[in-house]
Amino acid sequence: MRPLSVVVRTGCDLFAWFLIVFGANVIIHGDVTPGGGFQGGAVAATFITLLLVAYGGKKVFSWVRPGIFNGMLIFGLMAFFLLGLMGFPNSFFYNFIAVPHEVVQATGHGVIPPSGTIALMDIAVGIEVAGALSIIVLSMFRGIRLFREGPMEEESGHDR
Amino acid sequence: MIGNAPFFVVGVLFLMGLVSLFLSKNLIKIAIAISIIGSAVNIFLVSLGYRAGGTIPVHFLAGEGSTMVLPTPQAMTLTAIVIALATTALLLSLIMLVWRHYGTLDIDEIRRLRG
Amino acid sequence: MNWNEHFPALLLIIPLFGAFLAPVCSLGGKMARNILLVAASFLTLVVAFLLWRSVLANGIQYYVMGGENFRLALPSGMALPVRIILEVDAFSAFMALCGSIAAFAGALFSVNYMNRFSGQSRFTSLYLLLATGMLGMMITGDLFNFFIFIEISSIASFGLIAFWRDKPSAIEASLKYTLVSQVGSMLILIAAGSLYGKYNALNMAAIGSSLTMGTMEKLALVFLVGSLAMKCGAFPMHMWLPDAYAEAPTGVTCLLVAVSQASLYGLMRVCFSIYGVAMGSTFVPWMIIIFGLASMFFGVSMAVVQHDIKRLMGYHSVSQVGYMLLGLGVGLLVLGDARGMADFGFTAIKGGVFHVFNYTMYKALLFLTAGALYYATGKKDLNEMGGLARRMPYTTFMFVIAAAAISGLPPFNGFVSKLLIYESSFAVHPSLAVVALLTSVLTLASFVKVFQTAFLGPEKNNLLHVQEVPPAMLLGMVVLTAAILGATLFPSWTLSNLVEPAARALVDQSGYIGAIVGGGM
Repeated sequence: MRPLSVVVRTGCDLFAWFLIVFGANVIIHGDVTPGGGFQGGAVAATFITLLLVAYGGKKVFSWVRPGIFNGMLIFGLMAFFLLGLMGFPNSFFYNFIAVPHEVVQATGHGVIPPSGTIALMDIAVGIEVAGALSIIVLSMFRGIRLFREGPMEEESGHDR
Repeated sequence: MIGNAPFFVVGVLFLMGLVSLFLSKNLIKIAIAISIIGSAVNIFLVSLGYRAGGTIPVHFLAGEGSTMVLPTPQAMTLTAIVIALATTALLLSLIMLVWRHYGTLDIDEIRRLRG
Repeated sequence: MNWNEHFPALLLIIPLFGAFLAPVCSLGGKMARNILLVAASFLTLVVAFLLWRSVLANGIQYYVMGGENFRLALPSGMALPVRIILEVDAFSAFMALCGSIAAFAGALFSVNYMNRFSGQSRFTSLYLLLATGMLGMMITGDLFNFFIFIEISSIASFGLIAFWRDKPSAIEASLKYTLVSQVGSMLILIAAGSLYGKYNALNMAAIGSSLTMGTMEKLALVFLVGSLAMKCGAFPMHMWLPDAYAEAPTGVTCLLVAVSQASLYGLMRVCFSIYGVAMGSTFVPWMIIIFGLASMFFGVSMAVVQHDIKRLMGYHSVSQVGYMLLGLGVGLLVLGDARGMADFGFTAIKGGVFHVFNYTMYKALLFLTAGALYYATGKKDLNEMGGLARRMPYTTFMFVIAAAAISGLPPFNGFVSKLLIYESSFAVHPSLAVVALLTSVLTLASFVKVFQTAFLGPEKNNLLHVQEVPPAMLLGMVVLTAAILGATLFPSWTLSNLVEPAARALVDQSGYIGAIVGGGM
């Protein structure tokens, strides 16, 4: 894909970063609002989509390496898993840093309730989803490029 | 009667999805039909949990309202959306590969596997 | 801390952790990744075995995810189980044992089989994820989580079927499976939603405890039975199955066999444990029996004309699933009738459950031998093979055992389960047994043909260089052969210790419900 016009590119420059901020906001408040890891991660992943649309593949692939997103993916998954294992003497994913319901009620409304592992889990899932969706978008984009540019190339490693 | 309107919409959407799934020949349209069916199911789940005048089912955001909408169907819907996203991405990637191999998206011409 | 109590969670955690670890492990090279694949599936097998032992000894186990205590099903002041609950009775534990044996054999086989191809870290991830989804379907106690696990296993299997993405037929098979299975899983979600709307619960036991037949329940039942019968490959909805089985890498096909059994498990769980005697009419049992008969007969009659070896076996899968549907459908028919149950119903269920075990073992083994032939010769077409018995003696031996078991030749385990199904379905109507016998004869004919063309006869000139497959692949096949021979040599032990507790747990609806909702409802 070729880069779009200068208007689009400037708009992208102005607003793209806010997507990440908004995504992070949704992720971090996932435990107490109707947001969460997946939603925030999906918002954050639109950043790379916007870059791809505005600047075209050649530039974006020179800016980012897909390995970074792979790292985010693995980090998120591992963090999720370790959080789950930390609850183990009781049960998988037991809310071990949560405050019981009675205490929350005694402190009254308006105080953000400490929701234990759910908040941490949301952050882990958010990182994972942002990485995974970016990978999906990048590899589908690469798939388009493969058949835009001339005849189909041989695939590697499949020796039949 | 008006309370049943969402379910009516669900039925119409679901039938639309099924009809276009069976009648359309283009793979992209079939993928869209599957997404429509998924959306119909999601609307079904959300409207199951709706209570008239209900508020957000978060303990400290609910305010003074006494009824809350049910949170479980909403959680189910979110999970279903996540799954639908994964399958849609996979389906579109498969369609891209089909286009690369066959050079067409017409399902009548994509039939190497027969009998 | 007593790890015994945590087995249900561990059964899911180990393959899931393996799947997450695979990209990290593959940084350490091929060897580390292969060790991860085999170790994760072996640990799963060990946990499944221990879980099965512990369920047989202590009765139904359940596990509450994220509770203060894994025994705490109900938060104070609520009458319904609301958390994510895993419930394992003898039937689920039996299925999980079968499934993890197949997963272990497939993993061993894949180590060498996939060695030539790129993208192995993804393969390992998806393989273990598929195993997670399968085991999750078998041990969950919650209708919505059943949907989640069915989707995990479906998405992993879409990716695995299309693993050879430079092969048009693989892409096409995967696309076909994706389209069919997406519609099916949406129907499952609608059914779960409508049961939730009626009973305010998603837990299978909680729904089953208060279920009365109405329009909504009938709708949900039709959706569940239809889509799950599609997922396990019953006749009118079977067209994805031979394609997917033939095009997937062979180690995966071995696991896909077990995954289709997980769908069968879901079907039986819905019919026996959620609906049970409340089903009332005999329409659904007859429907399942007719599905079974049709898949048996049409599956085998399409199989005899195939000449691609894996497609042939795929059509045999359709026909073998028919036996289980027939046996379990006959059992369902007389569920409310105590005399019929004692007369022939329980025998039918025992036959069906035993056939699940046998089918998983010998069909997985047959697919592995087909994969070994393909690995050694590079050919899939039966007409191009010949005289391989001299070149590949071990594979030939194991193929003969599996083929004898699937055709129901007398000493083998396939004969025992088929005999149980014949005698019980004869009591319902003689024609059912006639169709089953005819299918068995055609199966034998078809496998005699495969044996004769591929292994006997003169050696072909272009196959002179063929050698026996590497030891890890043989080991994968030996695991399954050992399971078949074990069930063959000790049929009465297998029936009384492995099959009968599972069949009894399947029939015992009140026990399944009582373990979760207790007497306090």
